[in-house]
Amino acid sequence: MLERRRVLQGLGGMLAFAAPGLVSRPASPGELPYLTFGLPAGVYDTAILDALPGKQPLIKLSYRPPNYETPAPYFSSPITANDAFFVRYHLANIPEQIDLPNWRLRVGGEGAANPFELTMADLQNGFEQVEITAVCQCSGNRRGLSEPHVPGVQWGLGAMGNAVWKGVRLKDVLAKAGLRKEAVEIVFDGAHGPVSDKTPDFVKSIPIWKALDENTIVAFRMNGQALPHFNGLPARLVVPGWTGTYWMKHLVSIEAATKPFDGFWMKSAYRIPNGKFPVIERFLSQENETTTPITEMVVNSLITLPAEGQRFGTGRPVDINGIAWDGGYGIRLVEASTDDGRTWHEADLGRDDGRFAFRPWSYRFTPQGAGAHRIAAKATNRVGQTQVDTLIFNPAGYHNNVIRPTTITVA
Amino acid sequence: MRASPIWVVLVLMAAAGANADEQPVPLKEAPGQSAVEENCASCHSLDYPRTNSPFLDRKGWEAEVNKMINVFGAPIAPEDAKTIVDYLAKNYGIGS
Repeated sequence: MLERRRVLQGLGGMLAFAAPGLVSRPASPGELPYLTFGLPAGVYDTAILDALPGKQPLIKLSYRPPNYETPAPYFSSPITANDAFFVRYHLANIPEQIDLPNWRLRVGGEGAANPFELTMADLQNGFEQVEITAVCQCSGNRRGLSEPHVPGVQWGLGAMGNAVWKGVRLKDVLAKAGLRKEAVEIVFDGAHGPVSDKTPDFVKSIPIWKALDENTIVAFRMNGQALPHFNGLPARLVVPGWTGTYWMKHLVSIEAATKPFDGFWMKSAYRIPNGKFPVIERFLSQENETTTPITEMVVNSLITLPAEGQRFGTGRPVDINGIAWDGGYGIRLVEASTDDGRTWHEADLGRDDGRFAFRPWSYRFTPQGAGAHRIAAKATNRVGQTQVDTLIFNPAGYHNNVIRPTTITVA
Repeated sequence: MRASPIWVVLVLMAAAGANADEQPVPLKEAPGQSAVEENCASCHSLDYPRTNSPFLDRKGWEAEVNKMINVFGAPIAPEDAKTIVDYLAKNYGIGS
């Protein structure tokens, strides 16, 4: 039986919170809330730090199904630790343990000539092993910051993470299945599902061209270890550049479909209004007259230090640190502002783990004068997309990449 | 994956284990509270209405409850649905 440890509760929990890889510690972490500003009032009354089995205390937004986000200090490390990686489920029927010797991944469907089953040993020995560093971000990350607020899990900043994923190329698996030319989408199902059989099972599809992209993999290792249970043990789909909704956890079947998959989670959920966002990779077989499936992530950034409300002495240099990411074009430029967005300065980009990874950046400045200083960051990717000044509102609260200030105090 | 009978049994066992750690999420004491607890908590914990507040008006809560019934198949009787919407609008909503 897995054991869930309830570690910390309430806003005071931040006192005992320690993230690995912090560049420097906030001056007085006890004063810093782990929830960002701008969320619905009910989140501040309800969200707590709580540890799922195998996890550090994360921000619990719902117990069942479990929805836990990563506290922002963890993003000071460009690789998100497995035990700090966010957890997101729609439906509460989650296998408590995976019986690995008996686990099978079925590959087939109408669009496959040679259906077959894979064991974990087959995955590890039967195909070329590949690794990729990629951001997994929930489509609804920052939904809780939507103005006006919209219903759903009220994510703050931490429904995302960046990991080194190891597995096999999906295209290699599909090649073995003898993909027919009629195949238009690949459909994925996981071992998790609904509590009631009247609830639509969580099943997702991706277009055939994305399935055949060499970066799309079936992953069974994450940062050098087995996947954490709540991140999809024993194997999950990794679709670099695209939002987490397609990264099916606890994979049990991969099917080639000869017509667009019409399940609820494709035709009704995870859709954005047509034409509102600067999206290049579109999922045309699922588009209708008004909406289209969410696909690639929009360019975005996060200031990891200083933390909101952090205090500094006058005349001392302050290092602004953060990360930037996008839908896989790569970060070209990060600019920092220390005067509430009036002027912008090019930040130094840090280590490059590839175009799908978090890109660390930093900018040093010396605040002039005591009082509150509003600092901000703005990322631009290699196809010229940049963050927006004002929210592009949509009913599900997706794609929130509004430039977000952090206020520090100099005294 | 579809819920088959054996899955349901396993899930109930798993839920029994998980529930040992899931702490109660109390809702406001007001008329309709028990209808919400009895109808909603079988599929999800009650932190959902709390975190999704207060920003939905009555129409917004009605849409959420209808989604649970019509899309997610929640077996909620019509009279209970009205009680639930009334309770959420009054205690976790805005305006009227």
